[in-house]
Amino acid sequence: MDFELSVDQVALAELVRVIVAGRFPLERVRRAEGGRQVVDRDDWAALAEAGVFSLTLPEDTGGTGLGLADAAVVYEELGRGLVPGPLVASHLGARLAAAGATDVGGAADGSLIVGALLTPADGQPWLAEHLDSLDALVVRGPGDRLAVAGSKEVANLVSAAHPVERSLDPLTPLSVLAGAPAAEVIDDPAAVAEWDLWWRVLTGALCVGIAEATCHLAVGHASQRRQFGRAVGSFQAVKHLCADMLVRAEAARAAVLAAAVTVDQPGVGDAIRAAAGGALLAAEAAVANARACVQVFGGMGFTWEVPVHLYLERARFLSASLGPHDVLAGIVADRL
Amino acid sequence: MDLRYTADEERFRDELRRWLEATVPTLPKKPPSDDWPARRRYDTHWQRLLHDAGWAGIGWPDEGGGRGASPVEQLVYAEELARAHAPYVGVNFVGLLHAGPTIAVEGTPEQRARYLPPILRGEEIWCQGFSEPDAGSDLASLRTRAERDGDHYVINGSKTWTSHAEVADYCELLVRTGAEDSRHRGITWLALSMDTPGIDVRPMRTIAGTTEFAELFFDDVAVPVANRLGEENDGWRVAMVTLGFERGTAFVGELLQSIELLRSLRDVARAAGTTSQTARIGHLGAELDALWALTRRNVSQAARDGVPGIGGSVFKLAFSELRQRLADLGTELAGTASLAWDELEGGPWSLTAGGPGNAELVDTWVNSFSRTIAAGTSQIQRNIVAERILGLPKG
Repeated sequence: MDFELSVDQVALAELVRVIVAGRFPLERVRRAEGGRQVVDRDDWAALAEAGVFSLTLPEDTGGTGLGLADAAVVYEELGRGLVPGPLVASHLGARLAAAGATDVGGAADGSLIVGALLTPADGQPWLAEHLDSLDALVVRGPGDRLAVAGSKEVANLVSAAHPVERSLDPLTPLSVLAGAPAAEVIDDPAAVAEWDLWWRVLTGALCVGIAEATCHLAVGHASQRRQFGRAVGSFQAVKHLCADMLVRAEAARAAVLAAAVTVDQPGVGDAIRAAAGGALLAAEAAVANARACVQVFGGMGFTWEVPVHLYLERARFLSASLGPHDVLAGIVADRL
Repeated sequence: MDLRYTADEERFRDELRRWLEATVPTLPKKPPSDDWPARRRYDTHWQRLLHDAGWAGIGWPDEGGGRGASPVEQLVYAEELARAHAPYVGVNFVGLLHAGPTIAVEGTPEQRARYLPPILRGEEIWCQGFSEPDAGSDLASLRTRAERDGDHYVINGSKTWTSHAEVADYCELLVRTGAEDSRHRGITWLALSMDTPGIDVRPMRTIAGTTEFAELFFDDVAVPVANRLGEENDGWRVAMVTLGFERGTAFVGELLQSIELLRSLRDVARAAGTTSQTARIGHLGAELDALWALTRRNVSQAARDGVPGIGGSVFKLAFSELRQRLADLGTELAGTASLAWDELEGGPWSLTAGGPGNAELVDTWVNSFSRTIAAGTSQIQRNIVAERILGLPKG
């Protein structure tokens, strides 16, 4: 038993960190704020080249044959860097294609951008993220349904959709669809079960990255900002906010990584329970830490210019993409 | 990252599990919590059984006569004992987990030979004389005075929060030998025989109704200089060496017991047809699972680096507050039955088999309040996390 990152996993995280720093510095990413097409095709191809969408695919289908734990390490870094785009959907789309369930094979090499959509509850709008950038759209739900809309259907969706003028996250454009998209159902219960499990773990990993990034930002600000002749981080009221941020991030990180390893090594525990619980805690940690980060930044945290709010908004999107949290908690309660 | 156990670790687990399966059912009935002599007999009997089967001092360094188990083996050990519902370490706590390991590292060969074997065999019980009425979180301000008089120290002062003092044979005592304001630099570690004249033990009744702690008063108590561990005025460092043996496994038993408690609360809610608490139950389950994952991470870090990770404070902070919320949930599910320590006829626990029952639940609830105070309050833990891990400036 060794629940620390392996040497290879440390190197993988470092590789992704370098790409994020080079390709996605926030001042550059923010130029696309409010646009309909936030995802840059060259950047997407660079992510694909680093293996972001293919690292867990079997080697005979052009992948690297790594596990979900390795992917979680990568997605934690992407979350930390606020990299925009349908990151989880494209990875899972590539896996569906590699398994022969659908033909969005270009997802693995970044030539196709695959999005995903959770069927809304009754009375809620059909909201699609990054629709204008997509080549395919996976629709999850209702019930156990998993279906894929190809490029033709997506083009029809785009022309019939109503663009949302102001998305809460300025780096995640939204469209309101006219209704349920036409999509080809994947008739494979195992594929649906895997989709949910991996969706929760990888979305959880993005959330962990946000929880860690906002903790780091808050600590940096609290160490620099001086009032009453001393760093505000020397006041216990601020210190304790930061300590709670670390506790949330560490617990969520352990939970999400344990869930990922449990998917890879089924004998060690209940992967469904671990993935639901890890996603739940990670989403909460991301939102709570981003909120605390705004608080630690004080008035500066409430300005558009300082990027702290972007973490809060992305955290809300990721949290919502997991579906109702009561469902996640209910899964854990049932499987205790 | 690998959560599978190696063949050696599995062999260790199997051997221990077989022994526990054969031994735990033979134990006598647990004594009442307010009968200290009976508790001493029960706990020391268990310790003797562990010793004779080669399971005593599992995490002690080899030089102390321990098993020198790896951090992962220590985790497996704690996990198996919890799963087998084996007795808690009880009155052996200070000897096995603090004084003993300290002596194993800092003691002379004579001191090791004198003190360690009786601890491992469950023959001598230790208590801890660290905290004072005016030195709690700020332990380095302690004032109990030791004056050198030939080959003895003469002790005057008082200690508090001393567990098991009524049945202890020895006390690991921190005393002031330096100037009044010398703080960490003027403290000395002494092994005090509790038979020594001049010691007054006054039990304190806790909000749980039992006498878990005592105050100790010292009136010209003479301790041989030979009972000093390490150098004079070096006692702070001596007392802290055991922190190096903390592998992140201290709370494993209570953590796994908490998951069992939550499961039985879930069953009670189900049997009563209550769905309003399902999300709360699941949330607590997710948190407990996360802390079990964090435990395995902390242990892995200790296994790799030889030193415990900084994760201990993170874990302690999260778990102590979680434990209170778990107990709150239990009292809410139990309803008015949780207003009594007695087992009541027809209460919610009658709905399922194997639930905790009123007395245990109320006991868990009341005792949960000590978790955010003992071994460093949550406020001090937050300072430690913020300053030592996050690097924020001291206030």
